[in-house]
Parts: sequence; structure tokens; C-alpha cells
Amino acid sequence: MNTLAAPVGQPLARVDGPLKVTGQARYAAEFGAPGLLHGVVVCSRIARGQVLRIDAREAEALDGVVLVLTHENRPPVASYDKPYQDDDAADGSPFRPLFNDRVLYSGQPLALVVAETRELARHAASLVRIEYRQEPHQTDLLAVREQAHEAPEPPPAPRGDFAGAFAAAPVRVECEYQTPVEHHNPMETHASTVFYQADGGLLVHDKTQGVQNCQRYLEQVFGLQGRIRVLAPFVGGAFGSGLRPQYQLPLAVMAALKLQRSVRVELSRQQMFTFGYRPRSLQRLRLGADRDGRLQALAHQALGQTSRFEDFTEHEVDWSGMLYACDNVQLGYRLAALDVYTPLDMRAPGAAIGVFALECAMDELAYAASVDPLELRLRNYSEVNGNQGKRYSSKELRACYVQGAERFGWAQRPQAPRSLREGNQLIGMGMATGVWEALQMPASARACIDADGRLQVSSATADIGTGTYTAMTQIAAAALGLPMEAVEFRLGDSNLPQAPLEGGSATVSSVGSAVHQACLALRQKLLDAAQQSPASPFTGASLDDVAFANGSMRLKRPPYTALALERIVGVSGALEAEVRVEPGEQRKNWATATHSAVFVEVRVDEELGTVKVSRVVSAVAAGRVVNPQTAGNQIVGGVVWGIGQALHEETLIDHRLGRYMNHNLAEYHLPVQADIPSIEAIFVEEHDSVVNALGSKGVGEIGIVGVAAAVANAVYHATGKRVRELPITLDKLL
Amino acid sequence: MSQNLPAAGAPAACRILLELNGERRELEVQPWTTLLDLLRDQLGLSGTKKGCDHGQCGACTVLVDGRRINSCLSLAVMQDGAKVTTVEGLAGADGLHPMQAAFVRHDAFQCGYCTPGQICSAVGLANENRAHTRDELREQMSGNLCRCGAYPNILAAIEDALPTLRGQGGDA
Ligand code: FES
Ligand code: FES
Repeated sequence: MNTLAAPVGQPLARVDGPLKVTGQARYAAEFGAPGLLHGVVVCSRIARGQVLRIDAREAEALDGVVLVLTHENRPPVASYDKPYQDDDAADGSPFRPLFNDRVLYSGQPLALVVAETRELARHAASLVRIEYRQEPHQTDLLAVREQAHEAPEPPPAPRGDFAGAFAAAPVRVECEYQTPVEHHNPMETHASTVFYQADGGLLVHDKTQGVQNCQRYLEQVFGLQGRIRVLAPFVGGAFGSGLRPQYQLPLAVMAALKLQRSVRVELSRQQMFTFGYRPRSLQRLRLGADRDGRLQALAHQALGQTSRFEDFTEHEVDWSGMLYACDNVQLGYRLAALDVYTPLDMRAPGAAIGVFALECAMDELAYAASVDPLELRLRNYSEVNGNQGKRYSSKELRACYVQGAERFGWAQRPQAPRSLREGNQLIGMGMATGVWEALQMPASARACIDADGRLQVSSATADIGTGTYTAMTQIAAAALGLPMEAVEFRLGDSNLPQAPLEGGSATVSSVGSAVHQACLALRQKLLDAAQQSPASPFTGASLDDVAFANGSMRLKRPPYTALALERIVGVSGALEAEVRVEPGEQRKNWATATHSAVFVEVRVDEELGTVKVSRVVSAVAAGRVVNPQTAGNQIVGGVVWGIGQALHEETLIDHRLGRYMNHNLAEYHLPVQADIPSIEAIFVEEHDSVVNALGSKGVGEIGIVGVAAAVANAVYHATGKRVRELPITLDKLL
Repeated sequence: MSQNLPAAGAPAACRILLELNGERRELEVQPWTTLLDLLRDQLGLSGTKKGCDHGQCGACTVLVDGRRINSCLSLAVMQDGAKVTTVEGLAGADGLHPMQAAFVRHDAFQCGYCTPGQICSAVGLANENRAHTRDELREQMSGNLCRCGAYPNILAAIEDALPTLRGQGGDA
């Protein structure tokens, strides 16, 4: 029997939906206890230097302020790098909050004011005076582009002879693209609530994509092995911001340990700009092609920014070596250190900006070679990942192009820019390809069926809005032939079986595989249990002889006996299976990736330069889709992010102060409802028996990749103007 | 537990009366406490969310006498005598409010953090009866950010629930 039958593949409503629409879903700052204290962080006003003195007398004098925590009075913490290195740490020496008097960036936490109410803590925080010895700082990537160094994780090695092939190519494109700093800005700000337990242990509610990552971090930094439990049943968005423990977590723990009381630290929206972000990039693309547009040479060089203490590396240029067929490729990736915090993975890290540059350059090549942009992609189609020299385990990108173009009406598009208009609205159509890796990480899951026949499945993963609760419930229900209502999936508790960070679009692939296998192991236990009763019709049957459906286990051969699972466990008692699933060996021989084709229509006001995206079609090949409704929502969300990247988002820094200027939601522009048109997400059929047993590749990142390029290409088609620097604001079009 | 600030002549706590989710509540609040903090911190009604505390995101939207407001921008004392409805007060004994049900049906959220604000805002919008086209709906829901980008599904949910709510003039 197919263990991936319905409800896998069905567009079911989220199992956590009712909790979310009634306000019952509780997030990290929403757990309380009598006597809970509140901490407010005081951040550095300078970008580099030394703290000379922290004068907290005025704050401490307030009735109800219990502590002003600084590097001078914090509890002992680890001093070496290793304990601070979490699962998503960059190379180098991680930031150690309140470690010493050094100021490494503007916004660095320098003190935590703890009081009986949050309002009081906030007021007291405003009274803390810090004296600094300021040192000259540098926060401008452009100013240090000559001082960059090789990234610790170098891009794929060159192949062929780029220089020769580029010089000989009859059609050449050479351009530079720039992308700005962007911040994750999940709607929920980062927060940690730490309950100090009677036995000195800590129960922590944190906003995180990895409860076990935070647990290990705290155990190591504070030497509290076995005394920390981290919970995160609901996370109000993260998009990467919860991949590393953020500073509010150790600060809340320091205060709790020092005071032996429960403490909550909630960051303000402004403070959401005082840790990781998508780094600014400068990218140079050189494409050489024959007269038909077939690539002969491709070079992609990127410069990214990092902090002075860590080298943040992302896969930015790698995509250019794998998306199209090309024999002569040269990729380069360098980093320049600034007096800023370390960047952090943000939705489709690397790809969101690297593929933007590649796909804009491909559009420029299409015009240089006078080929339709979609036709150009088809002429350069590759069944092989050129970086690895391996075939793709599946790649239905061609179907994405065909179905996406069909839905969008690409065939009607005239090639020449500025050929469509309605009144003073210039209309443009652009497209781009998207690509993301199809990862799998080791993961564990436990499946337990209780004596009432209810199935509880668990793993220490997260649901940051991605639909993990629902998808895992579907996978488990399918494997045991139970209705959704009989299955409960638990996550977000560090005591549960091991799960990797929830990121990189790998959760269905990793945790989903573990859930599936755990349920299959439970099938065997159910069969064994049924065979215990004397004269059981199941005697001698193997798993191949039985099917699980409609809440029963049924013999597939005469006498076709069906036995309700409830009755089996009614006799045997609860049954449990726990498994750990490693990525399969078969994956090593193949390249694995998700792909998409994105088609965008824009309307540009000729006089005002305002750009409005009026239509988007995104066709995605991501293997088996567990829940088309929640997965479609992920793709649409990714497209919204792509529109934000293309037109709105940019964190601006005042380099004289080394400080962000627009660190709030009024001036950091996120797309709003009125910015978003109808978005159509299409999943093309793609079968993959290599990626994992489910054949699922994950959809969290692929939705954003390529969108900004498709928008930029559409803007060119509308206006005839190439904007190579994101975001495309009206000043760049006038 | 003291909440007094040290400044000389700091005002004392005030008594206010609210009809909160259908229940009369006599409350003691500090004059500087926002309606949002009153709900979340003092009353444990954490369904109303805080995304910015500055009137920039809409996560804190509640209904005051049927009108949608950003509760982070209102001091609790300003609402003395008002009828306040939060997301916790929308569902009736017979189940979800039509707007809540439409949000579930259309998968109009991901992480759920903006959702209570979106739903209260949409109910307020129905009471206003000003949005008649899709673009007007989009414009008039633009004070509620959704970083997850669930906008198209939010729009679909509102369009679905609106006909049953229009003109009812209620908030529950
Ligand atoms: S919290 Fe009130 S508008 Fe953002
Ligand atoms: S659902 Fe996450 S912010 Fe709207």
C-alpha cells in the first residue's frame, strides 16, 4: 500500500489554524508567571570603541528596578569561542553579549535593566548613562572593496578557460549589480521568557528556529548541562532570524541566574535592527555567448560584507555555475570586514541576491543577442549541475517554463522595451529562473499510539508559519491510515527527538522523512502486537501483506480481516517507535535542487516613476507537495518577499555614525496589502526517488528566488531603463 | 509591587470602566499604560499582538465601539467607558466568527502573529462599509502588515466573509 496516499497531497486547512485565529496561539513573550521580571536592553550609540563607564545610579534608584546588568556584574560565562558556536555560526569568533568593555558595532547590547514592570524597565533604561572612548569606524562596503579577503568557504573551482572564451565570444555582457542590507523583520520581535525553576534549572520560551540549538548554546555558555529546556511551540515568523540564538536569550538567562528569578526580555522593533541581516553585496557578471545566445563563458564575482569578528559566508555565486550549461566558468566570492554585526541567513540566503544578478544579466544577454528571454533560458538548459558534474535527481524546470509562460501569456509579449502602455502607465513583462538546493539533514522522530488509538508524533523542529504542524500530521496520518483528527504532532520542545534547525527548506525533507519512518516502524509494532493473540488471522503475515487505512490494519489476502488499530492497542497497550533518519547514500550520486520560473508584469507611471507589480505567475518544481494550500502560501509569501526586495526594502546606514537610520517599520518599507497583486503559484509535477523517501524538496525559499530579477527585467521592458541597484525606487527611474 | 516612577507629583493609578469582550471590567491602570499593554501584560489577553509599539504595523488592532484602532497608540485611560473587543472576544458560543472561519478556510496566515490584528481590522472594515472594490479593500487593509506575505489569502478571506458581515454594524 502507498504510504504516501491521502491526506498527503491534499490542500487541508492548517491544524493550528483555530488557535491562530482566536488568539490562543502563544508566542515567546506571552508566557507569564507571578513575579515575572522584565528586562529592557540598552544598546551602544557608537560603532566602535570602548565602554569607559556605565552610570546606572539614577536607574537603580527607582523603586521597582531590581538590577542593571552590565559586563561588570554579569554572572560567569564561557570565554572561549567554542561554547558560543551554535549550529548556524559563521567562521570566526562569535559575539559574546556583555562579555567585556569592547564596542564592536552600533546597537550592541551593553546593559540590561531589569524591573518589576516593562514600562518601568524601559523608563529606567533611558536613564542609564554610558561613557565611551570612541574609535574611528568603517561601515561602508564601497569604501573597503579593495581590502576584501577570500571567503573561508570558497565557491566551486573554475572550469574551462573563462578569459579565452569570453574574449572570443561574439556577444558579451558585462555589468555590476548592487543589493542593499535588508532585515528579516518578522512581525513578532525577538523575545525570551526564562522561568527560574525551584531546582535551579531553567525553562525557556524563546523565539527560535531551533530549540535544541538554543539549549546547547545556553548549556555551553553558562555551564548548565542538563538543566535547560527550551520551548517554542509558536514562532511569529523568523525567515532566518531565529537560526542563531539572539542576544536577548543569554541576557534573559544572565538576569535569571543572577537574581534567581524569572525574567522576560523582549526586543523593541528598533532593536530588531541590532543583530543579523542580509548583507549588502556588489556583484560583477560577465557573460559571453555565441550569436544564438548560447553561453560560452560566465564569470560571477561577488563581494559581501561581514563583521570584524566572524566571516559570514553564503552561497551567492554558486548558482551561476549550475543553472545553465556553460563550459567556461569562473566564480569568485570575497568578504570585507566592517564595524557591523555579522550578517545572518535570510530567506534564500545567497540565492536571493546572487540569482538576482545572474538573472538580470541573462536578460541583458537576451537583448544583446536579440533572443526572447525565455527562449534564451531554454537554449542554455542543463540537465547537469556543472559545479558538481552530476545529473539532477529530477528537474522539471522545462515544465515550469512552459506552464508558467502559458498561464502568464508570455507568448503575447513584444520583445522591444517600451512597446506596451496604457495612458501614462508603461507596461512591462519580465521573467527569471529560480533555483534552491534540496537539502536533507539527519533528523529523528517518535511515533506513539496510545491505548485509545490516538497517534502522537513528535520531533524538536519548529513551525515558523511554514506549516510544519500540518504537513507532519498529514504524513503521519497517511502512513498509518488514520484520520487527521486522530493524529497530533508536537514540536518546539528541546526534550523531543533531535531535529535540525528549521531552515533551508529542509524540514519536510529531513523531519518529514523521520516522521514517515517512525510511523512505518510503528506499523511493524502494530502487526507484531496483533500477532500476539492466539489464532490471529495475521499470524505469519508480513508488512507487505497488510494495509493501513480507515483506522484499521487489514489483511490484503483472504480472509481480508480488518482490525481497528484501537483494538490492537486496546490489548497491547500503547506502542511507540523512534527512529533517526540520515540522508540516503543514493543522494551522493546526484545533484538535487528545486527550480522555478517567475513571470512578472509591472506598470510604471511614466511621469512619477512609481512601479506597481500588477501580475505574477510562479511555476515551481519541488517534488511531491505534501499540502498544496500551505505550500502555495509559502510560494506566494516568497514572491511577496521578492517584490519587497525588488522595490522596497533597504536598511540605510549613516556611515558618519555607523548606525542604521530607518530602523522602524515606517521607514523600512515592507510590502503592504496594496502593493501586492494577484499571485499565481503553480506546482508542476515532479517525481523524485532520490531526494528522500517522500520525494519532497521543500518550498520555503524557492518562492523568493528570481522574483527581484523578474521585476527588474519587467521594469526594463516597460521603461527601457536598466536599474542594477536594488531597490528600484522611483528616483532611479526618473 | 510598585509601579511608581520617582518623578515628583507622579500621577496615581486611575480607575476605568471597560466593556471588554462583552464583560464589564473595572480596572486600575497607570496613566501611562497603553491599551495594548493593559491587554497583554495586565489582563493576560495576549491575542492582541505587539509588532512595533509605534502605530506602524497594525498587529495590535482591536475594536473600540466597533471601530478599529491601533491599541499601542491609545492610553488605556482614554478608553474609559468604551466597549473594547479583542480577537479573544470575536468567537461566539456557536463557534468561530465568520471572519475567523474565513481566515482558516483561505489559509490567510502563516506564522499567525499578524492574524488577530488582520481579523479585527477586517471586522472594523466591514463596519465602515467604505471598501467596495478589490483595490479599495487592499488600500484599506494596508495598515496591517504581514511579513509572511499572506496578503492574497487575507484578501480572499475578507472578500469571502464581507457579504455576511456588511452592515451588521457589530463587532462580534
Ligand atoms: S504594535 Fe501597534 S501598530 Fe504595531
Ligand atoms: S502570518 Fe506571519 S506576519 Fe502575517
